[in-house]
Amino acid sequence: MLFFSYFKDLVGREVTVELKNDLAIRGTLHSVDQYLNIKLENTRVVDQDKFPHMLSVRNCFIRGSVVRYVQLPPDGVDVDLLHDATRREARGG
Amino acid sequence: MSWAGPEDIYLSTSLASYLDKKLLVLLRDGRKLLGILRSFDQFANAVLEGACERIIVGDLYCDIPLGLYIIRGENVVLIGELELEKEELPPHMNMVSEAEIKRAQKVERDATDLKGTMRKRMEFLDMD
Repeated sequence: MLFFSYFKDLVGREVTVELKNDLAIRGTLHSVDQYLNIKLENTRVVDQDKFPHMLSVRNCFIRGSVVRYVQLPPDGVDVDLLHDATRREARGG
Repeated sequence: MSWAGPEDIYLSTSLASYLDKKLLVLLRDGRKLLGILRSFDQFANAVLEGACERIIVGDLYCDIPLGLYIIRGENVVLIGELELEKEELPPHMNMVSEAEIKRAQKVERDATDLKGTMRKRMEFLDMD
């Protein structure tokens, strides 16, 4: 549940989600669930010319299983906090 | 994707806020389906009413009507809400008939196949 909690803290931030089909979408993180399904708002496709069908999509739901990367805002990770949480989770607490 | 109450569906990741709206569903094989979302579950299985497939080849496109579709969730890549006031496609794209888009699709497929075989032959030559 670590990354679920982590992504929940990122809600409202601007992220770029790169999918396994090489489609990269930038938008405001609206919400995330236990499967790491992601909803984005005010989306724009990074390579719009290659994906013209995405022109009028402003809000979207992305299935967690097709995500390759999530590019975070530069100050989006508190490494120490994540480090501690990882240890806590590994200990089973 | 839990069942959320009526007041917080707009905050959750559930597809509930997309119900009865016109959506674009991107599938894993690259197909694009358009239709109105009537039902869904936690796997992103979805029922689309008045579904049609949008085939795009270069600057040509065609919407092929399909009817009522149930999509198995594992094939879903993305579900996007279509803004009704915005143009769905760039203005330079032209709608053509089903026969025409099928022909264009075949030409494109043949071209990629040809590229593939040529590359294969080149690799073979490199081996020597």
